[in-house]
Amino acid sequence: MPQLTYRKALNEAFAEEIERDENVVLIGEEIAEYNGAYKVTEGLHARFGDRRVMDTPISEAGFCGLGIGASMLGIRPVIELMFWSFSYVAFDQLFNNAATVRYMSGGLLNVPIVVRGPANGGTNVGATHSHTPENFAAYTPGLKVVCPATAYDAKGLMKTAIRDNDPVFVMENTLLYGQKWEVPEEEYLIPLGKADVKREGSDVSLIAHGRCAITCLEAAEKLKEEHDIDAEVLDLRSIRPLDQDAILETVRKTNRAVLVEENKPFCGTAAQIAALIQEHAFDHLDAPVKRVSALDAPQIYSKPLEDEMIPNVRRIIKAVQEIT
Amino acid sequence: MTKKTSQAASKRAKTKTAGGAKKSTASSLSRDEKIKLYRDMVRIRRFEERSLHAYQQGKIGGFLHLYIGQEAIAVATASLMKENDHIITAYRDHGQALSVGMTMNECMAELYGKFTGCSKGKGGSMHFFAPEKRYWGGHGIVGGQTPLGAGIAFALKYKKVEGCCLCLLGDGAVNQGAYHESLNLAALWNLPVIYVIENNRYSMGTSQKRSSAGAPLARRAEGYDMEWEVIDGSSVYEIRDKLAPFMDRAREEQIPAVVEIQTYRYRGHSVADANHEKYRSKKEIENYKKNHDPIMLFQRTLQKEGILKEAAIEEIDREAKKEAADSAKFADESPLPPEEEIFTDVYWEVDHKTGRNHGRLFFND
Repeated sequence: MPQLTYRKALNEAFAEEIERDENVVLIGEEIAEYNGAYKVTEGLHARFGDRRVMDTPISEAGFCGLGIGASMLGIRPVIELMFWSFSYVAFDQLFNNAATVRYMSGGLLNVPIVVRGPANGGTNVGATHSHTPENFAAYTPGLKVVCPATAYDAKGLMKTAIRDNDPVFVMENTLLYGQKWEVPEEEYLIPLGKADVKREGSDVSLIAHGRCAITCLEAAEKLKEEHDIDAEVLDLRSIRPLDQDAILETVRKTNRAVLVEENKPFCGTAAQIAALIQEHAFDHLDAPVKRVSALDAPQIYSKPLEDEMIPNVRRIIKAVQEIT
Repeated sequence: MTKKTSQAASKRAKTKTAGGAKKSTASSLSRDEKIKLYRDMVRIRRFEERSLHAYQQGKIGGFLHLYIGQEAIAVATASLMKENDHIITAYRDHGQALSVGMTMNECMAELYGKFTGCSKGKGGSMHFFAPEKRYWGGHGIVGGQTPLGAGIAFALKYKKVEGCCLCLLGDGAVNQGAYHESLNLAALWNLPVIYVIENNRYSMGTSQKRSSAGAPLARRAEGYDMEWEVIDGSSVYEIRDKLAPFMDRAREEQIPAVVEIQTYRYRGHSVADANHEKYRSKKEIENYKKNHDPIMLFQRTLQKEGILKEAAIEEIDREAKKEAADSAKFADESPLPPEEEIFTDVYWEVDHKTGRNHGRLFFND
C-alpha cells in the first residue's frame, strides 16, 4: 500500500470529491494560486481552475458566511481556515448561522459545508495561532466535529464530511501534515462517529483525538517497554458524533481510563467524556478517570515550555502510573 | 476576477443616469397589480397591529420588531422579484414574509410558538423562512445575514442562473464588519447582490447621527467601487423605479450595488422598547404618520389614478383586518410543537435517517 502524507491524503480527497460532484468548491485564503499556506491544496487550482478552487481575501466572516449562504442553495463549499484560531473572527457566521439556521427554519434549510484547517499548538507561534476549538464546536448542537489523526483517517473522513448534508468542522494538525501513513489507492469512506482502536491493550485505555492519538501510541510503546503496562489506544476520530459505545467498551475492558486532549482542561472535550464514563461505566472503573489536557493558560510562545504545555509522552506516562 | 476601472466619482452619475433612463415601472403595472401592492401594504400593517395586540395579551413572547411605517419597501422589493431572484433580510421580517406570499396564518402561528408556524414554532418572530418562495429569512443578528446574501448571489452565478439576490439590512447594520466584508466580496467577485439598507433612522435607540460616520450611508459603497443610490421609501413607485435598474444589471451583468431606502418605523425598535418616544420626539413621529405614511400616500396616488375608490379602500381594510384576526384565531387554536420536535431539524442526516453518521449526536442523558 502506498505511503501518503496527511497533507497529500487530504489533497486527494478534495480532488476526488471535486471530480465527483459539480457543486464542490474549495474556498479560502491562499489556497489557489499560492497552493495553500500549508500546501494542502497544492496543484488543485492548476488542475481544476478558478471556478472550483478560489482564493479569498483575508475576510473569514465574509467568506465563511458566503459559503453558508451558497450552501443553502445546494453548493457544497469546502472552506479552508488558515488556522482554526481565525474562526474566532467568523464566530457569528459559524456558530450562529451555520449551526442554527436549519433548526430555526423548522428544517426547511440545510447547510452542507465543510470548514477545515489546522487546530493545534506545539508550533511555537504564540496564543493567537494555537487554539483548539473542537470543544466550542462540539458544544454547539447543529455542528459536527472531526479530528483526524492519520493520513488514512484524514482522507476517508474528509470525503464523508464533504458528502454530509450538515455543517462539518474538520480540525487538522500542522504537525501531522508532513507525516506518512499507508493509504489505499482505491476509494474508501470512513463514517463520522466511528472511533478506531489504534492499539489493543488490556491494562489502561488511552482515549484521544487528533494528534494526541499519535502521542498516545508513542506513550503506549514506552509504557510497554519500560513499565510493562499494556495500554489500549482509542482514537475518537470525531467528537460529535461521538462513538460512546467504543469509549465504554474499552473502559469496560481495561477498567482504567486516561483521556488525552489538546483542549484546555476546564470544559474541554475530555471533561465531557469523563462525565459519560462515570455515568455509564462507573462500576467498571478501578481508578479515577485521569485527564491529560493542555495546561490551563494561554498558549506560551517559548518552545520548550510549550512542549510541556501540550500533552506529551512524559505527561501521559505519569498519568497512567498514577492509576495503575 | 474582473476589476471595475471607472472612477468612484462617476459611479453616482452613472447610477443616476441608469436610474432615470428607464421609464417609470408604474406604467408597466396593471390596475390589479397596483391594487395588490396597496392591499399587501395594508395586510402587513393590519398583521403587525394584530400581532402587537396578541403580544399585549401575553399570547406572544420574545421580541417583536414591528414593520409599521416601512411597508412600501417590502411590497416594492417583492414585486420586482423575477423567478430566479432571491431575498434575505434581518429580524424585522414579517413584511417581507407576507410580501413574498407567506400566509398570515403560518406567520402568526410562528409568533405564537405553534407547530403550524412557518418554522414549526422553532424560530419565532425574527426567523421566518420560505425557501420555496426564495425567501431565506429572517436573521436575528444585526448584519449577520449580509455574507449569506453574497453567498446566495454566489450560488446563482456559480450555477449560471440569471437572477439576483436582494439582501436587506437596517441602518444599524452598516457598522458591522460582516457587512463590509460582504461588500468587498460582492464587488471583488462581481456577485449579483443588491444590498438594500432600510434606513429607519434609528439603530435601536441610537440615531444615525450618533452611530454612523458619513452620510448617506449608501455612499460607503464607493470605497468598494460599487454603485449606489438613495431612495425615498414612502413611495412604492419610486422604490420600484430606482431599484429595478440595479436588479436588471445584477441579473444581466453581475454588478452588485447598495441602495439606501429612507423610511421610518412608528413603533419602537421592538415592542419591548419603552423609550421610543424619548430618543425621538412625538412631533417627529407624528410628522411621518401625517405626511410620509407610505400607505396613505399610495392610497392617494391610486385615487388620483382613478384606480381605487373609497368603497374599495374600506373593503381592502376590512378584509385585511379580518384576515389578521382569523390568523390570530388560527394561531391560538393551533397545537404546540410536540416535545419530540425539540430534537428534529437539528441535523439533516438524522432527520432523513441516512444512517451515514454513527455514534451519538445528542447528549441528553
